[in-house]
Amino acid sequence: MRKRATPKNATGQGHSVSLKRRDFFKLLGGGIILYYSTWDPSELLALPLAQRRSLPADYNAFLLIKEDGTVNNYTGKIEMGQGVITSLAQQMADELDVTFESIHMVMGDTALCPWDAGTWGSLTTRQFSHYMCAAAAEARAVLLEMGSEHLGLPLDELRVKEGVIYGISDPGKNVSYGELAKGKRLERYLEVKPAVKKYTEYHYVGDSMRHTDAWEKVTGKARYAGDMKLPGMLHARILRPPSLGATLVSVDTSEAEKMEGVQVLRDGDLVAALHEQPDMAAVAVVRIKAEYSFDEKDVNQDTIFKYLLDAPSSGREVARSGDLKEGENMSDMVIESEFHDGYVAHAPIEPHTALAHVESNGVTVWASTQSPFGTQDSIAALLDLELEQVRVITPFVGGGFGGKSPHQQAVEAVRLSKITGKPVMVAWTREEEFMYDTYRPAAVVRIRSGMTRSGKITMWDFSQYFAGSRGSDTIYAVPHALTMGYDESRGGPRVHPFATGAWRAPGNNTNTFARESQIDMMAARAGKDPLQFRLDNLEDQQMIGVLKAVADKFGYSPAAGPSGRGIGIACGIDAGTYVAHIAQVQVDEETGKVKVIRVACAQDMGLCVNPQGAILQMESCITMGMGYALSEDIEYEGGKLFTKNFDSYQIPLFSWVPEIETVILDRQHMPPQGGGEPAIICMGGVIANAIFDATGARLYQMPMTPQRVLEAIGKAKEI
Amino acid sequence: MEEIVQFNLNGRDTEITIDPTLTLLWVLRDQFGLTGTKYGCGIGFCGACTIILDNEAVRSCLLPIGDVAGKKVLTIEGLAVNGKPHPIQKAFMEHDALQCGYCTPGMIMHAYGLLLKNPEPSRQEVIDGMEENLCRCGAHIRIIEAIQSAAREMKKGQ
Ligand code: FES
Ligand code: FES
Repeated sequence: MRKRATPKNATGQGHSVSLKRRDFFKLLGGGIILYYSTWDPSELLALPLAQRRSLPADYNAFLLIKEDGTVNNYTGKIEMGQGVITSLAQQMADELDVTFESIHMVMGDTALCPWDAGTWGSLTTRQFSHYMCAAAAEARAVLLEMGSEHLGLPLDELRVKEGVIYGISDPGKNVSYGELAKGKRLERYLEVKPAVKKYTEYHYVGDSMRHTDAWEKVTGKARYAGDMKLPGMLHARILRPPSLGATLVSVDTSEAEKMEGVQVLRDGDLVAALHEQPDMAAVAVVRIKAEYSFDEKDVNQDTIFKYLLDAPSSGREVARSGDLKEGENMSDMVIESEFHDGYVAHAPIEPHTALAHVESNGVTVWASTQSPFGTQDSIAALLDLELEQVRVITPFVGGGFGGKSPHQQAVEAVRLSKITGKPVMVAWTREEEFMYDTYRPAAVVRIRSGMTRSGKITMWDFSQYFAGSRGSDTIYAVPHALTMGYDESRGGPRVHPFATGAWRAPGNNTNTFARESQIDMMAARAGKDPLQFRLDNLEDQQMIGVLKAVADKFGYSPAAGPSGRGIGIACGIDAGTYVAHIAQVQVDEETGKVKVIRVACAQDMGLCVNPQGAILQMESCITMGMGYALSEDIEYEGGKLFTKNFDSYQIPLFSWVPEIETVILDRQHMPPQGGGEPAIICMGGVIANAIFDATGARLYQMPMTPQRVLEAIGKAKEI
Repeated sequence: MEEIVQFNLNGRDTEITIDPTLTLLWVLRDQFGLTGTKYGCGIGFCGACTIILDNEAVRSCLLPIGDVAGKKVLTIEGLAVNGKPHPIQKAFMEHDALQCGYCTPGMIMHAYGLLLKNPEPSRQEVIDGMEENLCRCGAHIRIIEAIQSAAREMKKGQ
């Protein structure tokens, strides 16, 4: 199914990531470049020293050419469904000039792979692959030099095809990479590093490739951390407090210890029952009696927003242009709104799992994690070992979405294995997964915006509280704008009743929901079609491009809202990628139930390595995004969670799936941008705007549950 | 209180001496090394642990091993015959109906049970039939297509 997605206007400017983006900086001279928009650099600099590692300079760290000509491609990235196992192989094959089939991906193994900070932020293609391609280009150039000597032909007399170097005029003279490299590292380095290929020279990149891990996954052969088994292994079930923030006061393990084959271990506040059988460990752990003291925050899902607004946090200015006062003077209308967003769980179907074996000379851990090297750092620090003594291996990961960057389960498995000396499996139950998830933070966004009578935005005053600043940019051309972030404690237990962290496109879902809802309200007040209103207030050609493309795909016809058709629009930027969505919904005004019937999405992501893989990610984002928009909510009282499993946490189901249409703009000559997250950011805004278009009711809070929809409809009728 | 439990596992008669209250899910994974059947929730709400018991898709996380005595159990590992994928497996690959792949074995087994009962389901019947199997990666739209195309393929093969 390799359909060549030939770009119509490829200019051949090449793929060498030109880092044209405005804001970037180099970190610690290690050559790791981070885009400001991707990850707050202050967070990075706050990392403990142990974590400040960098990619190796030696290209051999990225690849090994084996005697049979196949190539091991090493990456610290992991595969969790986002498809980089395929797209990285495409890039490696092209840069090295070998067949796609000859690439064997080796991922997330700290003993074999080059260091990597972690698989998040849609950075694999736009950042890591740049270094990987540079390494492959050097390897290719070195092999050509070796081939030249071997064949006695000058370099310009040689060409490479599928891993074999031929004499151009005498193809009978040839030697393969495998014969030259003989499965060893290449010991030659180039003074002047060769350039990576231009886009037009690529063969596999830009082609739609089916994922190479599919066979293993459909046959049940694919191994995840919980599928590992070592001789003598014990399954651990850990004693958990009734709520987060509770402290263990006393514990009585005698009943559990009476059970045959059960071992009860204690290391400080970590208490666990272990047994060869996971079921038996589960029975044993409930026989442990424990008492706790409680120090809980007085907050629940209803009071959280006031609680957040009252929390001390000094604001920081994220962006400013012009002068708000002046903007207000220019405005004929000012709209002021406050948007709320609740906590959202990652809820990957595979819970956090790790198997650890602590031996006298070191530790091996198989972990379900997005950050194998971060896990290595934590374990080395915990046991006071050299990094080399800790090997973290990442098998397939059953979904992460940001939630598997923390790796508490691996640390727990290591602590227990250290005590017993046996391999220990810690596989969290779904309840543990909900308890220790690092939730997408509940947040508040306040916007005051002004416009002229003709619908020109004159003022934009945006403040987010605890959402995170990603995606809080104005994006519209507004002369007087201020973006503030009151989010200093994001991720910390200081404010939230439980842990929070990065959730697929962190911050951006909340911020885009608020911005795009506000824009829609302004369009309606101005009596304008919401697409036209956006176009009238945009100067960024890429944003205009995706909006026009999605309107085209959808077959959009203009109308001022609420038109009764139930059609909404939203757009935004994430991970360097521009996205725009149009959705159509049906709202049952009796029950408040919203059914999304159609979603079209256009994406401008620069060079698209694997269009098929990119489309899968867009569909994935659209489907998953309906959950945070419509139903995913947790109930809690302080640190006590009442939402503990899929019986009460509603993620999207088959019956929810709308008709989905996607379009990827042809930008193959531009540097590649993120693909795993962008298309999720608009789902809240686009559905809110579609509900408004259907009913005239405005939703200010996610998720937009039937009850909230009914309330909003009631309010709309009062007016 | 161990007992001998005899049953047919992926086409072979098997017996195991075991506490009959242990769940089939963990016995399959731990005793038989059949790790294709996954844990997702443990309370029957996700379908990651779906297997076929006497031609019926059931959730192995709630099933005591004692209850399968004398019955036929089919797991994802028993679906491909001699390395040849079952049409449902083939369709999942062809339609890219998976991402992280963790829900996939349960999806395929549930679809297998569905097609046993209704070999020519409409799109809506596929959706209704699969409704309670969860996928967090959002592969749903392709799973629906894959099941429909597998049904057509299986019909041709008869
Ligand atoms: S693990 Fe059995 S249904 Fe979820
Ligand atoms: S493919 Fe990941 S849960 Fe379905």
